[in-house]
Amino acid sequence: MKRQAGLLVALGSALLLIGCQGGSQAPVVAADTGGSAAGDFGPPQGEPVKAILTSPPNVPPPTNRTAPAKVIVELEVREVEKEISEGVKYTFWTFGGTVPGSFIRVRQGDTVEFHLKNHPDSKMPHNIDLHAVTGPGGGATSSFTAPGHQSQFTFKALNAGLYIYHCATAPVGMHVANGMYGLILVEPSEGLRKVDREYYVVQGDFYTVGKYREKGVQPFDMQKAIDENATYVLFNGSEGSMLGDKALKAKVGETVRLYVGNGGPNLSSNFHVIGEIFDRVYTEGGTRYQENVQTTLVPAGGSTMVEFHMEVPGTSILVDHALFRAFNKGALGMIKTEGPDNKAVYSGKEVDSVYLGDKAVSATPVAEAATASASGALTVKQQIAAGGALFNGTCSVCHQANGEGMPAVFPPLAKSDYLKADIDRAITTVLNGRTGAIKVNGKDFNSVMPPMSQLNDDEVAHILTYVLNNWGNPGGQVSAAQVAKVRGTTARPKGAAN
Amino acid sequence: MRPAVLALGLLVAAAQGSGYQRIPAGEYRSVLKYEDLKGNRAVAAYELMTQPVTNGEFLKFVKSHREWQRGRALPLYAEPSAYLSHWQTSTALGANVSSQQPVTRVSWFAATAYCEAQGARLPTWSEWEYVAAADETHRDARQDRAWRERILAWYAQSAGTGLGVVGRTPANVYGVQELHGLVWEWTEDYSAMLVSADNRSQSEADRARFCGAGALAVDDRENYPVMMRVALLSSLRGADSTSSLGFRCARSLR
Repeated sequence: MKRQAGLLVALGSALLLIGCQGGSQAPVVAADTGGSAAGDFGPPQGEPVKAILTSPPNVPPPTNRTAPAKVIVELEVREVEKEISEGVKYTFWTFGGTVPGSFIRVRQGDTVEFHLKNHPDSKMPHNIDLHAVTGPGGGATSSFTAPGHQSQFTFKALNAGLYIYHCATAPVGMHVANGMYGLILVEPSEGLRKVDREYYVVQGDFYTVGKYREKGVQPFDMQKAIDENATYVLFNGSEGSMLGDKALKAKVGETVRLYVGNGGPNLSSNFHVIGEIFDRVYTEGGTRYQENVQTTLVPAGGSTMVEFHMEVPGTSILVDHALFRAFNKGALGMIKTEGPDNKAVYSGKEVDSVYLGDKAVSATPVAEAATASASGALTVKQQIAAGGALFNGTCSVCHQANGEGMPAVFPPLAKSDYLKADIDRAITTVLNGRTGAIKVNGKDFNSVMPPMSQLNDDEVAHILTYVLNNWGNPGGQVSAAQVAKVRGTTARPKGAAN
Repeated sequence: MRPAVLALGLLVAAAQGSGYQRIPAGEYRSVLKYEDLKGNRAVAAYELMTQPVTNGEFLKFVKSHREWQRGRALPLYAEPSAYLSHWQTSTALGANVSSQQPVTRVSWFAATAYCEAQGARLPTWSEWEYVAAADETHRDARQDRAWRERILAWYAQSAGTGLGVVGRTPANVYGVQELHGLVWEWTEDYSAMLVSADNRSQSEADRARFCGAGALAVDDRENYPVMMRVALLSSLRGADSTSSLGFRCARSLR
């Protein structure tokens, strides 16, 4: 009640105005937090606290403090060679050995005693600019540190929010391009809304001399960086940092909060999670949130906090929705959610059937062939005509109208050595389907063709005759009797119609 | 026969250690912007060691100049936790350190003392930058993108990856080796090169720290190799040393 009274005072003038208008349903206007001027809660109390630092994608636990503390942060700069992509090595410059650097979590009003250590094996001097610092250079002017040395400076975290920190040593762009950034969270004095899981994700763009995924040790390419022509755009410093076994985990019914940063150096992030809608986005890492957001912009040198509730199991994909970055430069991550299905929210695939569109079968040649077959006067020409109509209706969806198939997915029928080698095998394949590895014209395929249970013996014979007489195949004829024989001597998969 | 002669030549060079090479007088455009200087910077003729000073050479020096041995050198002149800390003892390199590697973890004061004992001195930044602008065939290769990339590739290796030995890379057009790609190097006037500790405010150097010296800023912002060298040097105090910082000496002409 006391708090409410305070709020009433704060909103006094607004309420007064509304009162004059006689409105009874007063909209709730959030009070200004007061910013840095209201962020000093006095000198630190109690014993100094050593900050817990975590590597991505982990986040330190909430501070759970109610009074300002003195927090000691010890961060070590290390220059390390790591995999940026499978088989591709890159020398990263890091805060704490990882990209992004260690996550730092303090509370508004805390006094932070910052120790920056530069490992003796470093080649470069480094410093740190924390966007959470009010003061010249964000700490950079006080933290310039040679290899094998350490610096100390102290600041009071006056503004709540989620802030990027980064190195600011010349050439600044290069230090940042090599991975020198991370996030520091300044919790508001009352703490953040409780959630079930918190994760740490930072996007960065990288510039290597070699092409995307070119193997070996790849040096930094200054010209590409100046041209803003990124070789890699990554979450957490490597392709696959959150894929497969390393996917972020969640359970149905949980609320997840992502602390998202963008180290840059150049590109803004169009942060999106495929299959989720952000319930709340604390835009640019600030105090207020926007609700029901699909994609949120994270500027280079900025951040955002997003929260979403998991309703259904499955894999959600983190992307930069500038899509070539996601699918051609590596900006992909995963959240795997486990738990029971909820078909009322999401059904899964309910219908999977062929959609023919303008490829619908022209019935005329098929009917002609059927009549001719019944009278025993069927010609190869009639079979080819009927087979063509049937092929376009049934087979061309995968094997394509020109019989070329699709590389690595659907084998070609044109000039096919596999087809030519064994006609009975071709009949078996159409009747019974085929699963597993085969080699066609020297190329490997490993996919599934379902049994074409809807086709009768005549139709299968027409289709194969059509195929044999097109696209450079050897010609020839398949008869309904041949198909019937194969049908009689082979087994269809369980469930397939005979 | 030719390879044998060549091998002998190398051997002689190695045995001599760092001979001096005469550097002709000339002018060049510095990457740094000097407040008191417009246009090119003139460099008088001088002599420069062809290679960085090695562990072996520095070991000889500390044996004859005991006051510069590890544990004896004044902390004010050589930060004790770092100075020559990779050597096994104060007068022995040990198995993991090669006498042919450039000496590192030497303070500016120690480097200066070494050169003085040779009747020499450290090169000035201008003398160093002038010679280091060259590649094998040009006096000023700094606009050559490939040359820059080659230097930057060294910057990309962590200093922990192991140090090479001297005399293994082609000499530049002046006959000087390993100005890039092996170690950083002290210069005589490094402490006057202080740019602001926050390197983003380079146009606005911290004048209070200069005591009258001209304000310095980086003029050619594309020349990252030199920019990073300046950043490294400006992060150090005279007693400091790092695992990738060495030196070579210079002599004025008599």
